[in-house]
Order: sequence, then structure tokens, then C-alpha cells
Amino acid sequence: MHMADALLSPAVGATMWAAAAVAVGHCSRRIRSEDDERRVPLMGVLGAFLFAAQMINFAIPGTGSSGHLGGGLLLAILLGPHAALLVMASVLIVQALFFADGGLLALGCNIVNLGFFPAFVGYPLYRRLAGSAPGAARSGIAVVVAALLSLQLGALAVVLETVASGISALPFGTFVLFMLPIHLAIGVVEGVVTAAVVSFVRAARPGMLPSVAPSGGPVTGVALAFLAAALALGGVGAWGASKDPDGLEWSIARITGATGPDAPQTAVHAALGRFQQQAALLPDYGFRRPDGAAAPTPEGQGAPGDGASGDRLGTSVAGVVGGAITLLLALLVGLVLRRQARRA
Amino acid sequence: MNPPVVEARGLTHVYDDGTVALQDVSFRIAAGESVAIIGANGAGKSTLLLHLNGHLTPTRGDVRIGQTPLTRQTLPSIRRSVGLVFQDPDDQLFMPTVYDDVAFGPRNQGLAEEEVGRRVQEALERVGVWSVRAKPPYRLSGGEKKRVAIAGVLAMAPDILVMDEPTSGLDPHARRQLIGLLADFGHTRIFTSHDLDMVLDLCPRTIVLFAGAVKADGPTRDIFADAALLAQCRLERPLALQACPRCGRTQD
Amino acid sequence: MSAPAVLAGLLDFRRLDLLAAEDSALHRLDARAKLVVALAFVVCVTSFGRYAVAPLLPYFVFPIAVAAAARLPAARLSRQVALLLPFALLIALPNPLFDREVLLRVGGVGIAGGWISLVSILLRALLAAAAALTLVAVTGFPAICGALERLGMPRQLAVQLLFLYRYLAVLGEEALRMTTARELRGGGRPLSLRLYATLVGRLLLRTWDRAGRIHLAMCARGFVGDFRSGERSRFGRREIIYVAGWCGLFLLLRTQDPTHRLGAALLRLFQ
Ligand SMILES: Nc1ncnc2c1ncn2[C@@H]1O[C@H](COP(=O)(O)OP(=O)(O)O)[C@@H](O)[C@H]1O
Ligand SMILES: [Mg+2]
Repeated sequence: MHMADALLSPAVGATMWAAAAVAVGHCSRRIRSEDDERRVPLMGVLGAFLFAAQMINFAIPGTGSSGHLGGGLLLAILLGPHAALLVMASVLIVQALFFADGGLLALGCNIVNLGFFPAFVGYPLYRRLAGSAPGAARSGIAVVVAALLSLQLGALAVVLETVASGISALPFGTFVLFMLPIHLAIGVVEGVVTAAVVSFVRAARPGMLPSVAPSGGPVTGVALAFLAAALALGGVGAWGASKDPDGLEWSIARITGATGPDAPQTAVHAALGRFQQQAALLPDYGFRRPDGAAAPTPEGQGAPGDGASGDRLGTSVAGVVGGAITLLLALLVGLVLRRQARRA
Repeated sequence: MNPPVVEARGLTHVYDDGTVALQDVSFRIAAGESVAIIGANGAGKSTLLLHLNGHLTPTRGDVRIGQTPLTRQTLPSIRRSVGLVFQDPDDQLFMPTVYDDVAFGPRNQGLAEEEVGRRVQEALERVGVWSVRAKPPYRLSGGEKKRVAIAGVLAMAPDILVMDEPTSGLDPHARRQLIGLLADFGHTRIFTSHDLDMVLDLCPRTIVLFAGAVKADGPTRDIFADAALLAQCRLERPLALQACPRCGRTQD
Repeated sequence: MSAPAVLAGLLDFRRLDLLAAEDSALHRLDARAKLVVALAFVVCVTSFGRYAVAPLLPYFVFPIAVAAAARLPAARLSRQVALLLPFALLIALPNPLFDREVLLRVGGVGIAGGWISLVSILLRALLAAAAALTLVAVTGFPAICGALERLGMPRQLAVQLLFLYRYLAVLGEEALRMTTARELRGGGRPLSLRLYATLVGRLLLRTWDRAGRIHLAMCARGFVGDFRSGERSRFGRREIIYVAGWCGLFLLLRTQDPTHRLGAALLRLFQ
């Protein structure tokens, strides 16, 4: 369920980076103020533990497929939400760098989707449902419900981030109808595995799990961070809507019950569009329909049919030929540099 | 300043769960001595070592390093003078590179980076692994890890070296080399070990622990000659002292 | 399939880490410069619209040049990057299904937008992966952590990352030992949920104990809750040139549409 660079636009990526940075900063300050130096190696090694645990697959009953642990909720139960988010962030950073899992730009998304939701939404829910001295059954159910919610939110965030980015052509509604049910199943599995590990630990070493959250339940800081993330998501969504008229708009139209697709496309979108044109770092390049608004570009030779729009898309024959040449040039540069590096 | 002596008086330790790990343990180790603490698994060796630099506080009795009793205030200076090398080097080498790991102690002492560099080089050269300084610990052999762990402690310039099972997990060659290295140190040395042949090589004196209590304390050769004592404490005579199955003679 | 997956993961990790131990002019650059350039690269690549294909191609010059100048094993890295293609294909596949509008005609055959954007997504995935892997290979993970910290990442997270890096191999091997033992008996099937939970639970307990021992070892060497780091590399002229050069090129490629100009010029030549 990693969000990937390939589906992400810089605006969405940067927004989520900012949200993740806020969350990481908040959690770091919190951990520092707790001043429990024992935590330093514990959190560190638990990151490695989660990594190892994720590398082992288990069979998902009745499907013939296999899955692996997400682990955010498990970490929160073991360490409390603040430490859990930091550990999760570290795992995701290593995955992005060493295994190109997700990617550099998608890091923010992944920290929010896979770290923030389980730690700051799933975990508080777990605590509330489980109460202070839960029996095995109650604790198990609480874990499953919390895992379910975390994964649903994570999946929903993936959908929003993807649709807002506008690289994937999946319409919002279809994507949601696809992702949420699948993650319902994944959430149940995650919950069951987490509950099983927690009950194993509780039986083997009763003192290890904190009976009360080590750093309290949801507090204002957390709520604020969540609000920031939600706002960020909303903002990104709106931005994306102005960018990709088919996906989000269509679903927003459905959600708001507006009849015509032009209903929500009024003032807000016009303003957003203007804002985007002013604020965008780079002029947008690949709009679907030139709508006649596209500036006339030098006519691409030998590109029949969509003519001008083909040029705008950079997929005209000229573009493809040019692309191939630059690729060859790139390889040539590589060869020359390599020879020089050898000689040096 | 004279290297201090190590003294335990009536040391008793009871873990939180009620396990009595040490019972009225007393001994005195003079400066420059090399002493082995032996005993079966669970005899209390590691627990004892953890008292020597203040990781555990005695339930009863006390520990003194030199003239200094172990208290919260004296802890930093005690930890500077007692260097503890743990059994599993993977627990001790927690920094990303060998150099940074050995530098960890000196940096915590607040030394200038120049002095840190000097200490690190000296320590790594002393144990013969300066060449691997840039490597991450996971790419070292078992013997190298052990040496780096020792270097990490040497870099803090301790007076007393305390090592838990120094030869465990090493192949015969690495073990031999390590014993040679340890024999050259001039520090007061305290080892725990199952490796009684190593004890025979390195420690003139041995303390035998059994179920948390001192069963014997004396010259190593005398203790290893006492078959009844060893059997009672679930220990085996070192190979070097076992009678040759062919001719019935011992090694010397 | 789980023990081999663990093993493969550890091997990838190790190989990449080994590359960072080599030496080259690029290796010696301050890590911050390399990190910033990699980020700028990814931002530029992802900033193209859905249907950009040809304009993405020139960007391959970056990973190729870095790999060449740092003498990285190009074949192996390309293979590692290419291994991510199936996943990229999976996330790109909805596009041809949902986006059927014909955008391009080549010799009378209409090509739907979805297929174009599918290719675009694959290219993005390759470029992003290549950027991440070459970054680690010429910088090394500890240096990246240091750079992140000096660029404002909280210390707690930096320390956390260093521990994760350090104990990844240790715990991975522990997990490997546990899974191979299981799998030898289980005939290579993925573990049942119950077995998995037990296994992971046991690994967790061991990890917990190890953390306790590590903490002791840290205290034994004077740890008082703060990590002090030593070396300070410098962001000097070379770094400025490196960052400015690459970022300039990325922007140029982003705004000037060189592929189209080049191709058009060439086609004119032949007509
Ligand atoms: N943290 C602990 N909590 C409770 N009991 C412990 C703990 N550590 C060790 N023990 C117990 O104390 C006794 C002595 O252990 P230890 O000092 O590790 O022995 P040795 O090092 O000689 O094998 C053993 O019975 C062991 O189970
Ligand atoms: Mg022991």
C-alpha cells in the first residue's frame, strides 16, 4: 500500500512532506521531553525488528495469497503513538532509499498513510475500546477494529493522493470502491496478526506491554497535527481537482449531490485555477485537451491526426525521435564519464 | 594515581521477580591482578559484573572501586575507570561504523575531536584492527567484532577491564589470538568464562560462583585440581589439565 | 517463499551499502548536495503531465552519469531498478482501461491516452528508483542521515535511522534463521498466521532484550541521552557547482522541451 513516486505530483508530494514533517517534529519534541534514554536503543532496534518482520510473509487464509505485516499499530501498542510514528518513519525512509519502495517524494504520503493513521487514529481507538485492563478477547477485538480503521484511512489517503496528483486515470469513485474493500480484508488480517503477536507477548512477558499508554491518549497536539494533515489532504485534493477535471470533480459532484458537472466548477475552481497558474513552479505541460487554448507550437512533422495536441503532449513523432536521441546521448555521456572515472 | 582495587562486601542481588542472583558475595581484587569468575549458566556471573560499574545496584552489601563507593554521584567516574566489554559484540557495537563506535565513549567524555581521533587510532591499533575502521560492524568477522568492542572500551582509558565471556562464539584461531592479546594488557582484568582453558592461560586466580554464592576463591591451578568442587559446581576440568587418554599424563 | 525474500532483501541492502564504501569524486561530495539534487530530480520528473513520455527520456542522463562517474556496477543497478517494473505496471494498468480517448495516430492506428500515460508511469517509476538507489550507492546511509539532520530533520529520527541501519542485518539474520528452520519443516509454504505470530512474537522478545543490553553497553561508555557526532564535511565550491549544475540542467530539460526541438530539427533535415 505504499504510495509511489510514479503516481505523484510535486504539489501533492510536497504537501504531504509538510504534513509528515509536522508530525515527525511534534513526535520528536514529545519524545525528547519524555527524556527516557532507554527508549533510544529500544525504538532503534524495533525499527529493525519491524523491517525483519515485514520481510517474512504469511499465508492469508482462504485466498492462497500471502501478505506481510504493516506494523504501525503494533508499534503504537508497544511504544505509544509518538515513538511509533518515528519508528515507522525510519522504516519507510530505509525502504525508500535501499529498496526504492515508494520513493523520495512519496515519503511524506507514506509516513502519513502508514504511520500517522495507525499511531494517532487507530491507537487511541484501541485504547478506548480496550479499556485499562482488557481481557484477551476484548483486547483482540479492539486491535482488529483499530487496525481496520487505520488501514481504511490509509487506503482512502492513497486514493486521494493519487487522484489529486492526476497521473493515474483511475476515477475517484472506482478507485475508492476498489481500495476500501481490499483494505477491509487486509485490515482484518493486519488486526488478527497484531492481536496474535500482542497476546503472545502478553502471555510470555506480562510486564512488557504498558498497561496505560506511556504518553497519554490523544492530546491537543495530536489533534492539531491530525487537523493539519486533514487540511493538507483537503487542500491537495482541491488543488488536484482543479488540475484533473475528470476524476475528483466527478466524485465531488456525486458527493455534493450536484447534478451537473459544472456545479462545483464555479468560483472555487476558477480561483484555484488562477492560483495554480500563479503559484505553480513550472507551467503545466500535459493537459488532456488543448481546447484551442494551447499556444500554437511548431507543427510536428509527420504527426497526423491530433496534430497540435500531439505536440503539446510531447508524444509526436518529433518528440519520440528527439527523446530517443537524448537517451542515446545520455548513454554516451555515461560511457565517457565511466572511461574518465576509470582513468582517474 | 594507583589503579584502584575492586572490592565487594556482602553483595546480594535480588531481581524484581524475586530471583536471588547473588548471595553475600565478598572478594577483593588488587591492582594489576587478573581474575576469572567461573560458574555454570545462571550462577550469577553476569549479574556480578553488572554491579562492578553500577548498572545494577546491590540489594544488600556494597561495591567499592578504589576508595570510591559506588553511588549515583560517583557513577560517571567509576564508569570511566571500569571498562565493561559485553558478551555479544553486536550489543556493544551499535554505531554505524567501527570508527564512530570506538569514538562513542571518548566523545561522551567530552573530549575534543582531535583527542578523540588519537584515542580511536591508538585503541584500534592496539587490538590490531585499525584497517577496518571505515566498515560497518555487520561486515566484520566474529573475532574482529570482539576486538573492536574491546577497542571501544580501551579508548576510554579505563584502569580495570571487565569482560563477560570474551571467547564465546569465536573460532579456535580467533580465540587463540584474542587470548594472546588479553595476556599483554597491563590493566586489572576480570573475566567471566566457560572457557576454562582460557582461564588457565590468563588468570592466576579464580573465583567460583555457584547459585549466586562464592564457592571457592584461590589460585586457578588449585581450583582446577579439585575435581569434587568442579563437579559440584557443574564445571569441567580444562582439556589441558585432563589426563591424556593414551599415556595418562597431564600436559605439564 | 519467505526465507528467500528475507535473504534477497538483506543481500540487496548489503550490496548497495558496499558500493557506498568505494571512493570517487562523487562519493567524496557532501551528502547534502547529493540529497538535494536527488530530490530536485524527482520533483522535476514528477512535475510533468500525465502524458509526458519523450520529455522524460533526457532525465536518464542523471542516474546514468552518476553511476558512470562513481563507477557503480551499471548492469546490477539496472537490474535492481528493472525488478520494480512489475509493480509499476500494476499501478499503471488502470490507465489504459479508463482512459481510452485516442490522443495520437501513428499510421492510422489510434493510440489511447491510457497507453501513453502507462508508459509515462513506467518511466517515472524507473527514474525515481534509479535516483534513490544511486543516491544511496554514492553516499552511504549514515551520511544521508547526517545530511538529513543538518537539513533540519530532528535528531531523534536521525538516531533512530542509524540504529535501524545498524541492526537491520542483525535482526534480518535472526529472522532468517528462524524462518529457515520453520520452512525446512514446512516445505517452503508461507507461514500460517499462527506460526507467523509466534515467530514474530519471539523475535520481538529477543529484540526487546537486545535493546536492554544495548542500552547497558551505551551507558557503560558514558551515554547520557545525547549522541555526539564527530566529522563535519563542508558544503564548499564543488558542492555548489554540483547542485547548481544538475538543478540547472533539470530545469532546462523541464522548460525548453529539448526532445521536441531536437526531433523536429532532425526530421526537417531529412525532408
Ligand atoms: N533481568 C533479570 N530478571 C530476573 N532474573 C534475572 C535477570 N537476569 C538474570 N536473572 C537470573 O539471575 C540468575 C543469574 O543470572 P546471570 O547473572 O545472567 O548468570 P550467568 O551470567 O552466570 O549465566 C539466573 O537465575 C537468571 O535467570
Ligand atoms: Mg552470563
